[in-house]
Amino acid sequence: MSYTFMGYPRPDGKYGVRNLVAVIPSVVCANDVAQAICRQVQGTIGYFHHQGCCQLPLDLKRVTDVLSHLGQSPNVGAALIVSLGCEGTDHQRIYEEIKATGKPVEIIHIQELGGTSRSIQAGIDAAQRLVQQISGIQRVPADISNLVMSIKCGGSDTTSGMASNCVIGYVADKLVDLGATVVFGETTEFLGGEHILARRAVGGEDGPVGQKIYQIVDEMEKRAMSVGEDMRGGQPTPGNIAGGLSSIEEKSLGAIVKSGHRPIQGVLEYCDKVTDHKGLWIKDAPGREPEILTGMAATGAQVMMFSTGRGAPQGFPSMPVIKICGNPNTYERMQWDMDLNAGRILTGEKSIDEVGEEAFQMLLDTLNGRMTKNEALSYFGSVDIFCLGPVI
Amino acid sequence: MELKLALKVDDLDNVATIFANGIVDGMQVEMRDKKGVSEIITVKGDVPYGHKIAVADIAKGQPIMKYGESIGRASCDIKKGDYVHVHNLEAMRGRGDL
Repeated sequence: MSYTFMGYPRPDGKYGVRNLVAVIPSVVCANDVAQAICRQVQGTIGYFHHQGCCQLPLDLKRVTDVLSHLGQSPNVGAALIVSLGCEGTDHQRIYEEIKATGKPVEIIHIQELGGTSRSIQAGIDAAQRLVQQISGIQRVPADISNLVMSIKCGGSDTTSGMASNCVIGYVADKLVDLGATVVFGETTEFLGGEHILARRAVGGEDGPVGQKIYQIVDEMEKRAMSVGEDMRGGQPTPGNIAGGLSSIEEKSLGAIVKSGHRPIQGVLEYCDKVTDHKGLWIKDAPGREPEILTGMAATGAQVMMFSTGRGAPQGFPSMPVIKICGNPNTYERMQWDMDLNAGRILTGEKSIDEVGEEAFQMLLDTLNGRMTKNEALSYFGSVDIFCLGPVI
Repeated sequence: MELKLALKVDDLDNVATIFANGIVDGMQVEMRDKKGVSEIITVKGDVPYGHKIAVADIAKGQPIMKYGESIGRASCDIKKGDYVHVHNLEAMRGRGDL
């Protein structure tokens, strides 16, 4: 069985499932100008992050990489970079790298143009040109193997590990079997379950991928330890125990199950983008929404499947986010934010495989252009870049 | 009366999770696996919402399986239907003493 979706062909051979002009502030100080441009020009989205200056060189490189990769992602048809002029990021590199993909790209510099009002005017003119330029691109059939799907869970509760995460695991396995790419992250959640992930690595627990999995968990723990916090102690929390989780293994497994059962091909760094990677990959990213959603979009994921129990409402500007809700009561209360009710598994109405198949069909509809609920509501302000060092 | 459900995620699992309130000692529940195949089990102990029961006998020291993986080992002999939680399940990771 093969599946196709209708995607926007890009000059670099990728297929977008949305056709957007990305307005990219190269630094937090350019956000207000970028926002004004986005408000005026239909078909644009902005990445209003809070980084890009007064950071250590390694973080300035991370921010530059991520902004460049966001502009290169398949759902972006053209990009406008809004630079202040004195920022720490390499705005010229962002411009050159996006341009190298063959997409239309423009850049404006606020200080050079004479400030806010002149930059807004120049930016609106540029964004208008770019929107007109790409708006006639037609969707064409693309094999599902061209898809990169990202996975995340947030606002989890006791239902997540038994319903919504199992459903996403079903979809992840199916996509891997069809030759697509699936990326999951949330390194923090691997605690206590890293041995299980390492055993699923290509080459086994002792191979380079298995060892890398241990390494990223260890580094994450050390970062917490450097400010005096032991993340492993006290797991599972008293709240977890009251909710029915008996061990840290059970807690981690409930989170890991959303990655399905296929072998793990390797670990991507936070800034890495997918090139010819196929199969299941880990992205070394924290679990907090702004940072992981941004990281996954920068990976080149055209879509995200997001598991929740308490009801996390947010999406991302250039990546449709499908909300799979494990808690049937939350779904009823928040059905205008939740895309699929996986709580029917817990009430016995459906099996995991049945809801998994529904989620797969919803994924295909979303790829073909049907908006998710958070997309239709423009609920996608959670954008930020995960940095390692202090601000200075 | 319709029985409450106990859900088993993986075929290797020896516990199932109950998503219902008011499950008390001696009640029957319907254990269901991911394909929808079911079995009636009598619960031993009061089991809160989201907590687990054994769906097979588990000898002391044997792994307790959920999601097809070990989530700890039995700290005493566990009988089919028994409530399984921190009182009879011993974690094997992140304890600092192993």
